[in-house]
Amino acid sequence: MSWVVRLATSAALALILTGCGRSAGPAQHAGQLTVGFAQVGSESGWRSAETRMAQDAAKQRGVILKVADGQQRQENEIKAIRSFIAQRVDAIFLAPVVSTGWDEVLGEAREAKIPVILLDRPIETKDAGLYLSAVAADNTLEGRVAGEWLVGRLGGKACPVVELQGTVGSTLVANRKKGFQEAIAKAANIRIVRTQSGEFTRAKGKEVMEGFIKAIGGANICAVYAHNDDMMLGAIQAMKEAGLKPGKDILTVSIDGVPDIFQAMAAGEANATVELAPDMGARALDVLAAYRKTGQAPKFVQTPSRLFLPDTAAAEYARRKGLY
Amino acid sequence: MTDLLGWRSRLPRGGPQLAALALALAANAVVSPDFFHLLLRDGRLFGSPVDILNRGAPTVLLGVGMALVIATRGIDLSVGSVMAIAGAVAAAGVAHGLPWGVSIALALGAGVACGLWNGLLVAIMGIQPIVATLVLMVAGRGVAQLITSGRILTFDEPHLLWIGGGAIAGLPVAVVVALAAAALVLLMVRRTALALFIEAVGVNPQASRLAGVPSRAVLVYVYLVSGLLAATAGVLAAADIRAADANNAGLWLELDAILAVVLGGGSLYGGRFSLGLTVVGALTLQTLKTCILRAGFPPEFNLIAMAGVVAVVLVIQSPAVGALGGRLVPRLREVRL
Repeated sequence: MSWVVRLATSAALALILTGCGRSAGPAQHAGQLTVGFAQVGSESGWRSAETRMAQDAAKQRGVILKVADGQQRQENEIKAIRSFIAQRVDAIFLAPVVSTGWDEVLGEAREAKIPVILLDRPIETKDAGLYLSAVAADNTLEGRVAGEWLVGRLGGKACPVVELQGTVGSTLVANRKKGFQEAIAKAANIRIVRTQSGEFTRAKGKEVMEGFIKAIGGANICAVYAHNDDMMLGAIQAMKEAGLKPGKDILTVSIDGVPDIFQAMAAGEANATVELAPDMGARALDVLAAYRKTGQAPKFVQTPSRLFLPDTAAAEYARRKGLY
Repeated sequence: MTDLLGWRSRLPRGGPQLAALALALAANAVVSPDFFHLLLRDGRLFGSPVDILNRGAPTVLLGVGMALVIATRGIDLSVGSVMAIAGAVAAAGVAHGLPWGVSIALALGAGVACGLWNGLLVAIMGIQPIVATLVLMVAGRGVAQLITSGRILTFDEPHLLWIGGGAIAGLPVAVVVALAAAALVLLMVRRTALALFIEAVGVNPQASRLAGVPSRAVLVYVYLVSGLLAATAGVLAAADIRAADANNAGLWLELDAILAVVLGGGSLYGGRFSLGLTVVGALTLQTLKTCILRAGFPPEFNLIAMAGVVAVVLVIQSPAVGALGGRLVPRLREVRL
C-alpha cells in the first residue's frame, strides 16, 4: 500500500515542480485565465450546487477554476487564498465563511495585483478597495418577496402566521426576518403569532412545527414562513403527521429553492419558494471578463430573488435534481 | 462502592432525578394547559408526552451507551457523527436499490465498526478516550458527507418511512425501539457480572486487571455498544425526516448524551452509573426543550433558559445539597432502581 502512496506523492511533487519551472510568469496556459475559488465548504445542498455551477460556467468560458474547500473554517480559506497568490492566479473568488478578519490576506492579494470578487456573503472592512466586486443576493428582498406573495395570496383574509427562523444571530436571519415583516406591515390581516429557531435544519424544523401545532392548535395557524426550504420540508412532515394538509389547510412560503421543495410543491404540499440563485460563480466570471476588458467593475452585483410557484414546480424539479 | 462519600444513602436513589423530571413536566403543564391530553388517531397516540418520548429517543439511546462508556472513566464524543454516518449509509443503501433490511443492517454494522475503532484506540493503543473519540467526531461527519456527496439524501422507502412515522402498540416506532434497546442493555449488564466489571474498570483499571477482570475486552465492549446504539439513533433520526442530513444529523447530540448521564447521577470519574436514571435524565432534557419551545419566548432565550435550568438541576443533585437534604430527612434509606 505504502509504495502506491509514495509513487502518487512523488508524481504529484514532480508535477508541481515542472509546473513551477514553467510558470516564470503567471501560472496559466497561453491566453487562458486561471481563477482560484476559496469556497466555504460543502455544508449544504445549495453550497454544493454553487460550486458545481461555478465549475460548469468556468468550463464553458474556457477558464481554469481551482476550487479550495474551506471546510467551514476561516483559517483554511486564508491558507487557500495565500496559495492562490503564490500560484499567481489571475483572480480570486472568495465565499467568506465569516464576515470579519479578511483585511490582512486581502491586502496581500492587492499587493500581488490579483483582483478579489466576493461571492454570496459580505465582509466587514473599512477598506472597500480590498475587493473588486461582490456578487450576492439581497436577503431582505428575499423576505420581502415571500411576504408580498402571502399578502397577495390572502387578499385580506385574517391570517395568523408562524415563523421558522434560521440560526439565531446571523445577519442572514435578521434580514430575512426584516424583509418579511416589512412586506406584511401594511397588511393588518396578517400577524406573526409565533417565531422560533429551527436552526436551518429539517429535523429542528419538524420539531418546532410540532410544538407550534401543539401549543396553539393547527386550526389557528394559517401560514408558515420558513427562512429556508429545509426547515419547511421538516414542517410539512409535522403538519402531515398531525393530520393537517400543508399547502391547503396551512399555506407555506420559504426561501432557497432546493429541489425537494419543488417536489413538495408539485405534490401540492407547499405553495411558494423564493430562489437564492446558486449561479454566483457565472456572474462573478462575467464581472471579471468585463473588468479585464474595460478596467471597470460594479461594486455590487445583486442576484435576482425570483418567486417560484407550484405551476412550474415539476419542470424546475427535473432541471435542478442533478445540480444540487 | 456506591457509598464512598457517605452522603448518598441519606436520600433515596433516583429521588432528585425523578423530582427534576416531575418539575419539568409540571412546568410544561403550566405553559400549555392541555399538555397531558392524549388522543388516539389511526392506532397511534398523539399528545405532548408522546412527542417528548419520540424526540427524546435518540438522546435516550446515546445516553445509555454514554453511561456505560463514562462508567469506565471514558467518554465517547463520536456518537453524533456516528449517527450521521449510519443515517447516510441507510439512505444511500435504499437509494442504490438495496433492500431496506440490508440497508439498516449495513448502517448498524457501520456503527459497530466505528465503536470497534474507538475501542481499539482506547483499549489497545491506550489513547485517552476524549482524544481517541475526537478523531471520529471530526472525521466521521466528513465520512458521512462523502457517502451522501454533500447532499441531503431524501428517500421514500416504505419500511424506513414506517420507522419514522409508524406505531407499535400505539407508540411511535422510535420510542419502542429506544426503550427496548435501553431495557436490553440493562438486562445484559445487570443480569451478568458485566456491570460489576464496568464499574471496577472505571474505579481502578490496574487493580481490576490484577484481580482478573478482562479490562481491555470490557473497554472495547462498551465503545462497541455505544457505537451500535448511536447507529440505531442515526437510523431513527433519518427515518424521522425521511432523509439523511449528513451535516446536521446528531450535531452536538454527544453533549446532550453526556448531560443525560450526568443528570442521571453518573460520575465522570467513572465507576458509578445508572441506566434507568440516565433515561430519566435524557427525558428531563427533552421535556425542558419542549417547554422552552412551547413557552413562546423569543428564540434568543432558548440556550440561556436551558443553561439556567440545567444548572439548577445539577445544583439540586450536588453532594453539598444532598448532604443538606440528608440532615433534614435523616431516616430515608437507599432505594435501588
